[in-house]
Amino acid sequence: MADRDAMDEGVSSEEAARNDEDSTPREAWQIGTSHRKVDAMERMRGVTRYTDDLKLPGMLHCKIKRSPHAHANIVSLDTSKAMAMEGVFGVVTGKDFPEPYGVIPWTPDENALCVEKVCHVGDGIAAVAAVDEDTANAAIDAIEVEYEVLPAYYDPQEALAEDAVSINPWSRKGNNLSKDVVLEFGDPDAAIAGAELIVQGDYHFEGTTHAAIEPHCAVASVEPGSGVLTVWSATQVSHYLHRELAKVLKLAAHRIRVIQPPLGGAFGGKSEPFDLEFCVAKLAMMTGRPVKCLYTREEVFYSHRGRHPMKMNYKTGFTKDGKITGVASRTFLDGGAYSSFGLVTTYYSGQLLCAPYDFPTYRFHSTRAYTNKPACGPKRGHGSVQPRFAMEIQLDKAAVELGLDPIELRRRNEIGSNRATVNGLMVGSNGFLDCLASVERRSEWTSRRATLGYGRGLGIAGSTYISGTNYPIYPNEMPQAAVQICLDRSGRARVFSGANDIGQGSNTMLAVITSEELGLPLEDIRVLSADSDLCPVDLGAYSSRITLMVGNACLDAAKKLRRKVCGAVAKRWEVPRKRVTLAGRRAIDIEDPERNVPLAEAFQWAEADHGLLGETGSYNTPKDRHGSYRGGTIGASPAYSFTAHLAEVNVDDETGVVNVERIWCAHDCGRALSRKIVEGQIEGSSYMGFGEALMEEHLVDAAHSGVHAGPSLLDYRIPTSVDTPDIEAIIVEAPDAQGPYGAKEAGEGPLHSSIPAIANAIYDAVGVRLDRLPFSPPRVLAAIEDRKAREASGELAPHKDSPDDEKRSA
Amino acid sequence: MLRLPQFGIETPSTVEDAVRLLKTPGARVVAGGTDILPNLKHLLDTPPVLVSLAAVSALREVKVEEGALLIGAAVTLTEVSEHPLVREHAPSLAQAAGLVAGPLHRNMGTLGGNVNLDVRCRYVNQTKFWRDALGGGCLKSEGNVCFVVPKGRNCVAALSADTVPVLVSLDATFDLVGGETPRTTDAQDYYRADGIHHIVKEPEELMIAVRIPLAQSPRRATYTKWSVRQSIDFPLVSAALRFDLETDSPHGVVTAVKVVVGVLNPRPRVVGKLDDVLGKKLSDPAVARIVSEAVHKQCKPLENVPYEAPYRRSMLKVLTRRAVEGLSQ
Repeated sequence: MADRDAMDEGVSSEEAARNDEDSTPREAWQIGTSHRKVDAMERMRGVTRYTDDLKLPGMLHCKIKRSPHAHANIVSLDTSKAMAMEGVFGVVTGKDFPEPYGVIPWTPDENALCVEKVCHVGDGIAAVAAVDEDTANAAIDAIEVEYEVLPAYYDPQEALAEDAVSINPWSRKGNNLSKDVVLEFGDPDAAIAGAELIVQGDYHFEGTTHAAIEPHCAVASVEPGSGVLTVWSATQVSHYLHRELAKVLKLAAHRIRVIQPPLGGAFGGKSEPFDLEFCVAKLAMMTGRPVKCLYTREEVFYSHRGRHPMKMNYKTGFTKDGKITGVASRTFLDGGAYSSFGLVTTYYSGQLLCAPYDFPTYRFHSTRAYTNKPACGPKRGHGSVQPRFAMEIQLDKAAVELGLDPIELRRRNEIGSNRATVNGLMVGSNGFLDCLASVERRSEWTSRRATLGYGRGLGIAGSTYISGTNYPIYPNEMPQAAVQICLDRSGRARVFSGANDIGQGSNTMLAVITSEELGLPLEDIRVLSADSDLCPVDLGAYSSRITLMVGNACLDAAKKLRRKVCGAVAKRWEVPRKRVTLAGRRAIDIEDPERNVPLAEAFQWAEADHGLLGETGSYNTPKDRHGSYRGGTIGASPAYSFTAHLAEVNVDDETGVVNVERIWCAHDCGRALSRKIVEGQIEGSSYMGFGEALMEEHLVDAAHSGVHAGPSLLDYRIPTSVDTPDIEAIIVEAPDAQGPYGAKEAGEGPLHSSIPAIANAIYDAVGVRLDRLPFSPPRVLAAIEDRKAREASGELAPHKDSPDDEKRSA
Repeated sequence: MLRLPQFGIETPSTVEDAVRLLKTPGARVVAGGTDILPNLKHLLDTPPVLVSLAAVSALREVKVEEGALLIGAAVTLTEVSEHPLVREHAPSLAQAAGLVAGPLHRNMGTLGGNVNLDVRCRYVNQTKFWRDALGGGCLKSEGNVCFVVPKGRNCVAALSADTVPVLVSLDATFDLVGGETPRTTDAQDYYRADGIHHIVKEPEELMIAVRIPLAQSPRRATYTKWSVRQSIDFPLVSAALRFDLETDSPHGVVTAVKVVVGVLNPRPRVVGKLDDVLGKKLSDPAVARIVSEAVHKQCKPLENVPYEAPYRRSMLKVLTRRAVEGLSQ
């Protein structure tokens, strides 16, 4: 289906196009060093003002009434008692928001508040604004709702049954089908049937949620006179929020200002509009007073948009040398009540699997169903963490069957650099082999794996991820990122960017690039971000796009300013511009470093020559790096990161408790612009995967009316600092021509392989396959006991020697 | 954030004043607040007034008195876990106190608070909204059904305090004042198999101290806990073990044994039929086997806390066996 040869060309011309005089190698003075994040001290000292810290004069508090039913029609809704209460200033219901919205423009299938029916426990149906939170809570209790309860579905395949009641009120397909994707490349059935080894497995990834420590929060205020609506929101996609507010509230975009205050974590859980933003905006417009809404932790679980549960069947063919001949998968995605990013998730569940290994043939068939659960969406590693889990275990099973070292098997299938995947995505730089070699060496894999006794094991897994998507979620030909930089006579820089810093450090990244180009230390640079009145549009913090895209835009603007400043200095020194460099707060003559001036003076010279020193930079993605088939653009990225994980575990065969002793994670981020931040992203991703592997499970209780299994951070267990293992974060750099200074992503890729690495280590330790997440002690113990029974009956040989067999008395 | 219901707050500085204030109907004690405040946020109780023990310094003592270790009810769990007298005379209590929740909870939470911790259940310790969605609560909240034992008429919420099995195993007693006369109750008799009223303390009574008789012979005691996380979590499996020995050695002959298991139902369970252990050396593998098998046979966890009951039952066997083995090393 994909024309691979056509894709293989084109890189060298790209590189040439980017080769201007400013690419002349010069010694980096900031790139590749370590920096304190620009907002670190405020956060550490507790003075950062998050959205909930905003308190405006006359501000009202909003609470949202939520459905106690998993699936029901709203027969009647009476808000009169609430409205009549003292201290209540406004009440809104679904009727105030008839316009449906959705972050993906093709699937607008939810209303700010439910209009005619509710689709999961916790679905919002009405909101009040009152003088304080207690009054608002009393008012939502006074709202009377009559429901007609409908049958509810908690399993995608049950929801897809022909006689099932349709869940989503805007669904056009019926039968609870949200999205169905089948893509085939070559003839995988023949390639697998003819293979020397066929590995087949069923995998089940139960969903997980983001559990950002800061709950969602929004404040809205209408400016008297101008009528401009300002919405402060803990969002990671200010621009999409801006668009959807305009659409749902039927306001012109220029009458809305969206500001994202500092965020306490997001991880994908804040990457689309939520009911609270529409509610505070509408209530502020109705009452003329500022309105705030802060979710409870329970509401965060209901808003969810977490990782989709996926039931996956994988069939993979191998030659006896371990080369993959073909991959075929069948996947059911449990989407919850609404689409969210589900259209993309359904594609990603297959599209992002085709590296770092070369698939000669491939087919995936993924079906997303609506169910009566909180809607699923994107979580760190959107759509591809689940299939990666399946694929890496498939490879491990093949290595065992073929008697190959699992690292060697991965090496033999490695796809290489500057070539297209089977589904037509163009891979640029590729440091995967270095990643494998790094973790292999650092863990002493070869020598130690052979000697670890029963109960102890090492496991390997690899992965890849996108550095942003080549196509924005609403089609347009404008740049995907833009940055504006202003210098002034005091010797400072201000960087204006619409990008959302969600803790990943994107503001610091912009300061580092500006610093590198303009010679200012970080403290002389102010990054002003995510305010729609001040900053150029950016699409937001998702799909690991910011470092590559916004970084390139920033580099573009900074280089233009650098040329002006260096030129002004060169003119006064009567030397060629190339002899002037900017570093350490000074403009310096490279050939005679004794000759230098403070940057402030250089900026003044440049301002005298050119007028106010402001430049814009923009970046657009390459549009020729994907397959020419329907859906072929989804998954296409300017550059791909690569990761290898190696986990060491100790499995207690009497309790099933898996103790992950150490994780080595090597990640190819192209070029580390700021090393500590990259290492932090590697660690954070690995820990998040670790938690998903061993503890986390986002469930509703089907036996009890579909209530959430425990919407709190006590019952939904994420690891504490005592539980997490030591991690060795290893930076691998295979610079990519598409990235700023060669940089690719680091925020999501290093999550993927952490989960299968642990699964494969468990197999190495005790000889059992965990094809279902999480690897909780009861599941591990059941698998171990099953294996022991089969060993006792002679069906299986002992997995490996147990040096302490005699000690165990079980 | 969840809101607290409205209540008054009193801050007496003497036990007498505290007891007087507790006579207000519905008044509740607050010390560290780590148990009651979340329960209030869940609207499991709406007391008109909370009587704070923050200023009652008389409840903060740790001393040896009349052949017993006395620990004031308002001594924090951090202090209990670190205090030299507790470590010397009741090491298993220090161990259990140091395993309660996380460090921040232990800095706030008190021994009296842990001893009187309300029993917990997956269907109870949720928000009012959640319980309404479940169908209107249960025996212990607003409803009249039990979701753990269908058709059950007794609340079977789980005793989830880490220190309680230990205190029962050490034959501790509790000093109560504020009733008609001050009284002392055995820890073992303090708890009832009724999750609605799981302690014998009357609402107007105040627990002022815990007394642990000093050991009259060499002793080895320990506490074993399992939870998914190694911090924050309430116990999912919990057992305290105490062996009195003829001589202070792992090979000492056992003269008395007491094993107490928590997180089953509202009451700590004192494991019976352990007489076969007496007269055997602690290091005799039979001791670990007899104890763990008795525990397994007699203790049947319920689906009241959020983790599979059959697994918790099999873990009781493994963990108590390992605990005995650990003591005899």
